[in-house]
Amino acid sequence: MQELDTVIELSRLQFAATALYHYLFVPLTLGFSVLLATMETIYVITGRDIYRQMTHFWSKLFAINFALGVATGLTMEFEFGTNWSTYSHFVGDIFGAPLAIEGLMAFFLESTFVGLMLFGWGKLSRGKHLLVTYMVALGSNLSALWILIANGYMQKPTGSAFNPDTMRMELTSLPDLIFSPEAQAKFVHTSIAGYVTAAIFVLGISAFYLLRRRHIELAKRSFRVAALFGVFASIGVISLGDALGFINGGAQPTKLAAMEGLWETAEAPAGFNLIAWPNQEEQRNDFEVQIPYLLTPLVTHTFDESIPGVNDLVAEAETRIRNGIPALSALQTLRENPTDAQARATFEAHQDDLGYALLVQRYVEDVSQATDAQIAKAAADTIPPVAPVFWSFRVMVATAFLMMAFLILAVIFSLRGTLHRHNWFLRLAPWMIPVPFIANEAGWVVAELGRQPWTVYGQLPTWLSASTHSVGYMIFSLTGFVLLYSLFIVVEMYLMVKFIRLGPSEGKHDAHADSVRQQHSSQWSEA
Amino acid sequence: MDPYVLLKVTWWVLLGVLLIGLAVMVGMDMGVGAALRYLGRTDGERRAVINMIAPHWDGNQVWFILGGGAVFAAWPTIYATAFSGLYVVMLVLLWSMIVRPLGFEYRSKLPGERWRGAWDWMLFISGAVPMIVFGAAMGNMLEGVPFHFSWNMVSYYTGSFISLFNPFAVLCGVMALALALYQGGAMVMNRGTGVIRERACRLLSIAGLVALAVFTLCGVWVSMMHGYEITAGGDPAGPALPLNKTVETASGAWLANYTAHPALWLVPASVYLAVLGGIVAARAGLSHLAWWLGALAWAATLVTLGAAMFPFLMPSSSEPSHSLTVWDASSSLGTLGWMLAFTAIFIPIIGIYTSWAFWVMRGKVTPESIAHDEHAY
Ligand code: HDD
Ligand code: HEM
Ligand code: HEM
Repeated sequence: MQELDTVIELSRLQFAATALYHYLFVPLTLGFSVLLATMETIYVITGRDIYRQMTHFWSKLFAINFALGVATGLTMEFEFGTNWSTYSHFVGDIFGAPLAIEGLMAFFLESTFVGLMLFGWGKLSRGKHLLVTYMVALGSNLSALWILIANGYMQKPTGSAFNPDTMRMELTSLPDLIFSPEAQAKFVHTSIAGYVTAAIFVLGISAFYLLRRRHIELAKRSFRVAALFGVFASIGVISLGDALGFINGGAQPTKLAAMEGLWETAEAPAGFNLIAWPNQEEQRNDFEVQIPYLLTPLVTHTFDESIPGVNDLVAEAETRIRNGIPALSALQTLRENPTDAQARATFEAHQDDLGYALLVQRYVEDVSQATDAQIAKAAADTIPPVAPVFWSFRVMVATAFLMMAFLILAVIFSLRGTLHRHNWFLRLAPWMIPVPFIANEAGWVVAELGRQPWTVYGQLPTWLSASTHSVGYMIFSLTGFVLLYSLFIVVEMYLMVKFIRLGPSEGKHDAHADSVRQQHSSQWSEA
Repeated sequence: MDPYVLLKVTWWVLLGVLLIGLAVMVGMDMGVGAALRYLGRTDGERRAVINMIAPHWDGNQVWFILGGGAVFAAWPTIYATAFSGLYVVMLVLLWSMIVRPLGFEYRSKLPGERWRGAWDWMLFISGAVPMIVFGAAMGNMLEGVPFHFSWNMVSYYTGSFISLFNPFAVLCGVMALALALYQGGAMVMNRGTGVIRERACRLLSIAGLVALAVFTLCGVWVSMMHGYEITAGGDPAGPALPLNKTVETASGAWLANYTAHPALWLVPASVYLAVLGGIVAARAGLSHLAWWLGALAWAATLVTLGAAMFPFLMPSSSEPSHSLTVWDASSSLGTLGWMLAFTAIFIPIIGIYTSWAFWVMRGKVTPESIAHDEHAY
């Protein structure tokens, strides 16, 4: 058991590290591709060369970021198999489908066209090049859609049922899987969060140039496009975040209780914990600052519904564990004798709670022998670690409003043309660049840590999901990833900073670019 | 035929198509990467070689990613068992592969000689190592891998990681690398000129001959090794659970399908014909033909393997009855059906825009043509 627990913890750590790392690059790609398409559209419509230069320059930074997104994505694609083999067998019938469709529909599109976007400038007409850029943006957003459909299934399993003959979950309805509200809301929230990220990135760098009085024309225009783009996105992210919280409340009451630090069921009208110090052991907040009445309408979108707290959720989990135990025992009987009709009937009567019985199997191999203490322990496990979920959520929301305020100011200053009078704002802007990244990572911690102890909510516990590796293997792989990824980030940051300092090509370089352009302009006009 | 059986067989064929696509397209780019230091002696030449595949390597690599995704969707038990069982091998594959995007994207961003030299070695590693691992993985499938399942389908791998790099597997790895070098050589011939093209032609010829020699050796070895056969159970239409059959091993059993259907011998024979024909074509300057013949050689190699093993996908050497076969490692009827529909729609679309991309970027790449191109790698 000790060894098993260590392997699980290390597998979780490795997944968290590699996924959070992948997600350092993904939001920027998601938003940048759309932002580039926007800039290029303005270029094609107005024909003004400055917008072509903008698209050029920013697409270089896009490419530096993109390479690492691809590299780290490769790890993710195989990590379910390498490190979560029981999970992969248990839900592969459902979960594999969106992943494969993502490859077919999104990755091919994005990766094929990204080559043309970066290398096709001289070889494609303006219109065709613009189309190519749109395809890249479409591809990256489709990739987010499909991966979030996969993730949405883990958050709220829909369109599937357990099949005792194959010992796994099987697909019953692909449309249910695809159109799960959880997945759709997640998709919109996440991709728009990417747009905010890219907007703030471009704003920060443009402000840096304005402050240094370099590349003024390009920086001013980039600033304006990004500010306008960002302000809408930030409003979108907040409204979708609210919707997501609402959907989540229905799908995963344990996550909601953790997000809000609710130990006792909150009768309407409940107060919102602005700040609190959750204490998991004693199941209470050591300290809290509340805004009265706010929570009920925020979470339930009504004024009179109550929100279940940890106390009631644990009690409910205990009932479900007890109800699930006969299902697991019957399943074992069925495995030995698939024609045992009585076992099958028992299984069918209790199968909704099979996952809960698996929770208690962590403490006792034969679940029919489970003691009350073991059941109580398993029931307590159903509550995720409250404090980190609570605080990550607060970080995401606080940064959301911070970024919105920042973007509104950016739009005002930019549209009024008074940016040069607000040096403090220009100086602040580069420091805002890390903020959306923090928000994104915090959001994932809420989503994934808040889902614990499940990998597939209500169906498959995390403790049972991992591959049966030795501790040595896990330390080996974790060390390898840490070393490799640390090296990567150093190289990436170095190049990024170098190219930002270098700025858009000017002077000699530009003259050359012009001559290249003239050669190609004949090609453009004929196409 | 039972629709489930039909779908399983269809997806077995599609798995083959996928592996062939992966080997040809990703293998080609990896061959170029592995031979970069040979094909280009100066930085200008190396950049020319890199830029021949620059616009396409990322799109090609998706074959590999789709490989992961499609196996997950259609053969989830394989995805779970093979990737976790071959853990260290998978890590070596991944770690060597993930430096490749950086190699392409970052190498030419800075001028320093040491910077570029270091990335040239990265491209070498990320070209050679994954192909060797790919071949070695196939070799291990033929030999069987020590794994078994508990009653609730938790899989356990009981071998050491060193045993995955046994002599036969390494030999298969060399074969894969040789074919990749051949394919990379053909690609560089297509888009290169002058001395680069000559070097590519030499590379292609040598790699092709090595591949044939190793292929012969592997063939003899396989004919003597222990193969697997289902002796009881294993109903093709049965549920996808690999615990309900009996499997035994027998020397030479991998040739059983060939003995039963002698026409199958045409497949390995066409490996020889394709490679030899390809070398002749390349020498005659018909590099496009040589490229397609290389693709044919890959296809024939993998079909040779598949035909020997059918219906086995991943035999277990420690618990043969838990071996994974076409009949018991697939996903459900519904998933196989849905995925077939998506594949049928999207593969033609992908084919169209990929061809368009290659067509747009067609033409020769020379050190001179990229020297002043600010978009080139
Ligand atoms: C720029 C980034 C960003 C910003 C400003 C916000 N979010 Fe967010 N949020 C994300 C980036 C993000 C994310 C990284 O994209 C997550 C992680 C998982 C997901 O689907 O999206 C996420 C998840 C996430 C979840 C958990 C979803 C789940 O468990 O499946 C909730 C409830 C919210 N968000 C709610 C909000 C609210 C109410 C916000 C503002 C008031 C907010 N988010 C701002
Ligand atoms: C890229 C964005 C993502 C980030 C940053 C992220 C983050 C995390 C974190 C922090 C954990 C560890 C939770 C814990 O062990 O307590 C985790 C676990 C996990 N996540 Fe995600 N996740 C991401 C996307 C996804 C997606 C899209 C999927 C499915 C397609 C997924 C599947 C999993 C699985 C299988 C685990 C391991 C089991 C577990 O610990 O729950 N993740 N992830
Ligand atoms: C944990 C599960 C995940 C897996 C298995 C995964 C897989 C991959 C793979 C294989 C790539 C490289 C594709 C290429 O070559 O073009 C990639 C890139 C990408 N992924 Fe992920 N990913 C995961 C999480 C996410 C999430 C949660 C999102 C978005 C919400 C996302 C969005 C993207 C995007 C937009 C790209 C392309 C751009 C870039 O590389 O930066 N991924 N991912």
